[in-house]
Amino acid sequence: MAETLLFNALRDAIDEEMARDPYVCVFGEDVGQYGGSYKVTKDLYEKYGELRVLDTPIAENSFTGMAVGAAMTGLRPIVEGMNMGFLLLAFNQISNNMGMLRYTSGGNFTIPTVVRGPGGVGRQLGAEHSQRLEAYFHAVPGIKIVAVSTPTNAKGLMKAAIRDNNPVLFFEHVLLYNLSEELPEGDYVCALDQADLVREGKDVTILTYSRMRHHCLKAVEQLEAEGIDVELIDLISLKPFDMQTISKSIRKTHKVIVVEECMKTGGIGAELIALITEQCFDDLDARPVRLSSQDIPTPYNGKLENLTIIQPHQIVETARQLKAGRI
Amino acid sequence: MDSSAGAAGSHAERLAALYPAGPSSVSREDGLMLYRDMTLGRRFEDKCAEMYYRGKMFGFVHLYNGQEAVSTGVIKAMKAQHDWFCSTYRDHVHALSAGVPAREVMSELFGKETGCSKGRGGSMHLFSKEHHLLGGYAFIGEGIPVALGAAFTSRYKRDALGDASSDAVTAAFFGDGTCNNGQFFECLNMAALWKLPILFVVENNKWAIGMAHDRATSDPEIWRKAAAFGMAGEEVDGMDVLAVRAAAQRAIERARAGEGPTLLECLTYRFRGHSLADPDELRSEAEKTFWAERDPIKALAAHLQEHGLASAEELKAVEKEIDAEVADAISFALAAPEPDPAELTRYIWAED
Repeated sequence: MAETLLFNALRDAIDEEMARDPYVCVFGEDVGQYGGSYKVTKDLYEKYGELRVLDTPIAENSFTGMAVGAAMTGLRPIVEGMNMGFLLLAFNQISNNMGMLRYTSGGNFTIPTVVRGPGGVGRQLGAEHSQRLEAYFHAVPGIKIVAVSTPTNAKGLMKAAIRDNNPVLFFEHVLLYNLSEELPEGDYVCALDQADLVREGKDVTILTYSRMRHHCLKAVEQLEAEGIDVELIDLISLKPFDMQTISKSIRKTHKVIVVEECMKTGGIGAELIALITEQCFDDLDARPVRLSSQDIPTPYNGKLENLTIIQPHQIVETARQLKAGRI
Repeated sequence: MDSSAGAAGSHAERLAALYPAGPSSVSREDGLMLYRDMTLGRRFEDKCAEMYYRGKMFGFVHLYNGQEAVSTGVIKAMKAQHDWFCSTYRDHVHALSAGVPAREVMSELFGKETGCSKGRGGSMHLFSKEHHLLGGYAFIGEGIPVALGAAFTSRYKRDALGDASSDAVTAAFFGDGTCNNGQFFECLNMAALWKLPILFVVENNKWAIGMAHDRATSDPEIWRKAAAFGMAGEEVDGMDVLAVRAAAQRAIERARAGEGPTLLECLTYRFRGHSLADPDELRSEAEKTFWAERDPIKALAAHLQEHGLASAEELKAVEKEIDAEVADAISFALAAPEPDPAELTRYIWAED
């Protein structure tokens, strides 16, 4: 069977769900005639028409709010952030309305929406286009947050997110759209709240998500050659964390490294390590370690950019130290 | 022009100079229905002030006194439980006009489980799916996109799903202060672009807390901003419920016919401060008097009597009935249970 590129896996998921449910629609900048900046909605405008694949003006706050109102009255909108960073402009609607409204309305309304788009540090895109908003949105109550990392999980998670009756922030990565692999056949759906045990191992647990999964895989390869047996877990669900899978792994390895692309302060790892400390303290043989981006705006210069985010060699070195009991 | 308007300021001058809406007519039945709704709004809010000062309700409470002609004029021209309504932090009376029972609104203000938002929302966050109240939105302008979404759903059902019966219209209420906010302009643009069935109802009461309208905006005539988006715009005497109703009916007709949105600027005034915590130090006595003399409820009462549609006794009877309804809402809310602490985290997710 032929391989599928990640952006096409997402496209297929949206296409299949739009065919399955006429209330599913897409709002966003250039999602229609242009087919999406990363072609995730290519040809859907022709197939489903201008209302179901709605090209919006550049007004993130208002079209995100519009999705909330549409969801409250029966539609199931998918909002594309052309770049997830642009959703800073819709922070109010995502926090006050998508996240909080079901609660403040005492259960009157549900907000079945997916907000999706490319996040992460790309290649020299400059600070504003290189954001990791998963950390910024992490405290908002009432939203689920997932990050996809392979064509297979991209498709299965997109379908699950569309079918979910809650708002889901769906993080893709700007550098992963062209990954390709063979997809499972048929109408498969991945659980939004389950981590992916990528590789079993006994020495060290590495928890990661999104593009860093692939950096970790490179590191694991080298560590394997050195005789260090890593258990690699892709978090998938950034909110809530799959603590069952995570704590099971820590009970086995007693050592944990979190590898993330977001900044260190107030990051995903900050919350995750707090939870690990609360729930797995007695199982740990060493302090948990965070490998995060620098607390700086992502610089344009390529060398500086590489220094800003974690590289595979840093993961290797940290695992060595942890295994050797030097941490 | 009315001679008292000069001393009362520019907002009053606009009202005084407004081209008369023309002879209003209303049936006895409709007239009494409107009178009843406005009286309910007024008496309910007066009772809220009393309960607030007696420590029965808390937080920020924004009362609607003086603006009743807008809520009643627009909402009672729409179809209950069919059309959609979207409000702001000053939402009690919109909820009542939309048909949310006074018991449920008062219970919400008391933070009780029987409230329309189950005590989780409070004064500024009234919601009722049953009565198509999309909610009270406390931040300026954030409700407008939500209302736009409801209007989009109407069009989507009609044109993407082929449901010819989908003709619900949405009314978004907001104030003059909101009209300097980006979401207002963004949503006017999209509504006109996609010909969505929506009424943008500006309740221009001149004051955004302490910021006078003409100190905040380059062109105080908000209705004229409709022209920039190629949509219908109308300015109306917001103290005249029949004028508001007639303007709303024209706009609703356009919306249902697929002719798109209308920007309706209602010149009105709040008789109380911004909220019950507002010392109200900036508004002049001359201004307050000018508007008090145009009390919309008294104006409707006079109209109904002058046209032989209702007698003073009949209107008194309506008031008595309303007082009983509000008293009932109070005793119901006082006796109602608070939310169960075991349900503190309920309603976060769709499944619970």
